[in-house]
Amino acid sequence: MSTTSISELSAQVRRLRKQDAWWKNPMLGRLAIILALVLVLSILTNQVQGSSSDYTLLFKSSWFSSRGAQYVIGGVLIWIIAEAWRIQGLRRIAGQTISVAGRRTALIVPRSFTRQYSRLAGFFRWLIPNRWFRRVLVLAVVAVAIFLPYLGLFTLPYFQSVLAGQVGVYVLAALGLNVVVGWAGLLDLGYIAFFAIGAYTTAILSGKLPVGADGNPEAHPPIHLNLFFAFPIAVVLTMTAGLILGAPTLRLRGDYLAIVTLGFHEIVLQLAKNNPHNLTNGPLGATGISTFRFNLFGVHYDWNPTDSKPYWFLAIGLILIVVFAFRRLEHSKVGRTWTAIREDEVAAAASGVPTVKYKLMAFMIGASTSGFAGVLATAKITAITPDNFPLQLSIFVLAYVIFGGMGSLTGVIVGASLMTFLPFFLQGPPSWFNSGKPVVDPKDIPMWVGAVLLTMMIFRPQGLIPSKRRAQELAQAEHGVGDADAMTEPAEGVAP
Amino acid sequence: MYFTQHFWELLFQGIRLGSLYALIAIGYTMVYGVLQLINFAHSEVFMSGALGGVFMLTALAGTNGNIPSGFSAFEYTALALIAGAVVSAAVAFSLERVAYRPLRKRHAPKLVYLITAIGASIFLYNLAGKLFGRNNLQVPESFHSGPVFVLPGSGPSGPRTVKTLDVLIIATAFVMMIVLDLVINRTKLGSGIRAVAQDAETAQLMGVDVGKVISRTFIIGGLLAGVGGVLYAMFHAVSYTMGFIPGIKAFTAAVLGGIGNVRGAMLGGLLLGIVESFSQGIIPNGLEWVDVVSFVVLVVVLLIRPTGILGERTGRAA
Repeated sequence: MSTTSISELSAQVRRLRKQDAWWKNPMLGRLAIILALVLVLSILTNQVQGSSSDYTLLFKSSWFSSRGAQYVIGGVLIWIIAEAWRIQGLRRIAGQTISVAGRRTALIVPRSFTRQYSRLAGFFRWLIPNRWFRRVLVLAVVAVAIFLPYLGLFTLPYFQSVLAGQVGVYVLAALGLNVVVGWAGLLDLGYIAFFAIGAYTTAILSGKLPVGADGNPEAHPPIHLNLFFAFPIAVVLTMTAGLILGAPTLRLRGDYLAIVTLGFHEIVLQLAKNNPHNLTNGPLGATGISTFRFNLFGVHYDWNPTDSKPYWFLAIGLILIVVFAFRRLEHSKVGRTWTAIREDEVAAAASGVPTVKYKLMAFMIGASTSGFAGVLATAKITAITPDNFPLQLSIFVLAYVIFGGMGSLTGVIVGASLMTFLPFFLQGPPSWFNSGKPVVDPKDIPMWVGAVLLTMMIFRPQGLIPSKRRAQELAQAEHGVGDADAMTEPAEGVAP
Repeated sequence: MYFTQHFWELLFQGIRLGSLYALIAIGYTMVYGVLQLINFAHSEVFMSGALGGVFMLTALAGTNGNIPSGFSAFEYTALALIAGAVVSAAVAFSLERVAYRPLRKRHAPKLVYLITAIGASIFLYNLAGKLFGRNNLQVPESFHSGPVFVLPGSGPSGPRTVKTLDVLIIATAFVMMIVLDLVINRTKLGSGIRAVAQDAETAQLMGVDVGKVISRTFIIGGLLAGVGGVLYAMFHAVSYTMGFIPGIKAFTAAVLGGIGNVRGAMLGGLLLGIVESFSQGIIPNGLEWVDVVSFVVLVVVLLIRPTGILGERTGRAA
């Protein structure tokens, strides 16, 4: 038996664990992470766009330049401050332990401050869940939203158009997707396909499609409806489309739905582009689509595409109706069933819930809301081509829902408004600020949306303003209690 | 009739396309096997491999249009393939590290995984667009693609000849698949991957380092997708959006063969390529409807046999 001294043994252990290697120091690891982040950010925030003839252009301009140096210095400074702060914190903790042992008070807070603070906090704790306060707050927000086109920035026609054509439309669409993703826990990646169906329905009902076979614009069919009638027709059509798509796939494992809906979006786009029976006019699409008219009870009003304000008022009205309906739905039997399916599909099925039926219902409600939003958007822009409905748009709407907080109506509205408005705000109308140059290149917007999705999912999957229930489910699922989605194998088994 | 006249040509084209689909599908199916995640960002792994190969070729051969011959042709091609594979593997590895590992440590629900994958995909391809321009890239030829033999039947412009490029694509793909099959079935790493796919928790109890196995699964998927990407780049347009359609079709192929099943992915890829090629010959204006056909195939397969042709093999990682 050989004898080994303890110091030799520990040296051996240290060698094995490589603890004495200087590059294993966690401080340096954090520096490396910060530097990598800073270098990536330096590329992401760079206004320069790469070129296909010089692949190194962007690296040169964002790393090997004064810009790169600034970013690296900034990163190192942040690292130094963070490490100093951390060490300070460690020291304080150590100091506290000693002072407790010496029976000295570690931290003295003036009592008056605590009392004041607690009084204020108590007031807010009473105020925020207060029913009447909430009602007044909602009314105030709605009032501000209605008068928004008359306030400050929004008196500019550019921002009015953004409000009506983007914010209103996509808030409406995101509310529908929230039913699918937030409440039923299904992932729909072809959401804008239904939007496109709604848009093409609008074009057909306003008599601009199908274009005559010989290209003669006079060969239009004689349908020319007031577009208010397009809403119910589009809703019925998109619901049917949702039924046809959802009925077979919702019986399968939940994540197949994602890929099938993605494929469905592509199919709808291909149909629109390939122009079967001249129904969609191919890549040219439809132009000169008529818009809403109100002619009832002796009141006559025509919406005019050159003025965005009436569209915004209409959008607010529709959003209010949808929010009211969805709030009722959320707390109804249907909404509670969705919660049950989401949290534990097997238990729900065992309790006699026809899970496929309810999932299909959520999918159809989502699809019809998308078609609804499609009608509104088409009436505003009055011209559509297949390029108006790219696949990215489906993912954008998903990002709005995720960013705001899936399952929470307030969150979805806030998230969708912010994320639709911000890109246009940063681009700005010509000569808006930053001497006419956009702050963020519009081509980079999809990249930022992807980054938002990624970071939200890694750091805050419950979103900006989470629904309490949803946040709890996500947290519980992480501890292995129940589910937070309807993504597993359906409890009712596979298709017969 | 067009289809019967061109049967051999269409079949050959189908095999060429299908072997590439198979290479990509393996990445999907292996990741689905160990994580039960549709790795949407795999199409971007494929795209980055193609870009890596193109950059390597540009650096070696330049863009002056001279086609190298002899040993340098072989050398350039091999280096481009290796570069593509390495770039793809690096992207797949860092994807797992940055995006999926934090989720796995937290036991995040499936919805969160899927949305992360979507976010990573859209972020990566738009980043590639920003970095390398949003136009199609020029792909220098690395060798002179001469005729090797002639297929029976007649093509639109005389009989269809099989060229060196076609042989290269099919041969490389098949060699890669055979090697992979050996790795999966004969090596320790392969049995680790199979164990994790079957039951991750038990595998961990048996001493399998699940994190390492998942990481390596991503790397293997990346290597194959990278080679597939470079081969794809040799006869197809290369741009930042090139990954999406082949990616979704490769996923279809993986489902067709039985998700989680590596041999199934190979079979499914070949079958899907042949189906697509035949549908071009049968349907009038077939080229416009190819994408629609493959999605319809996906839905029909899911309806009739959701576990695919060879059956699925999946588990859930810890």
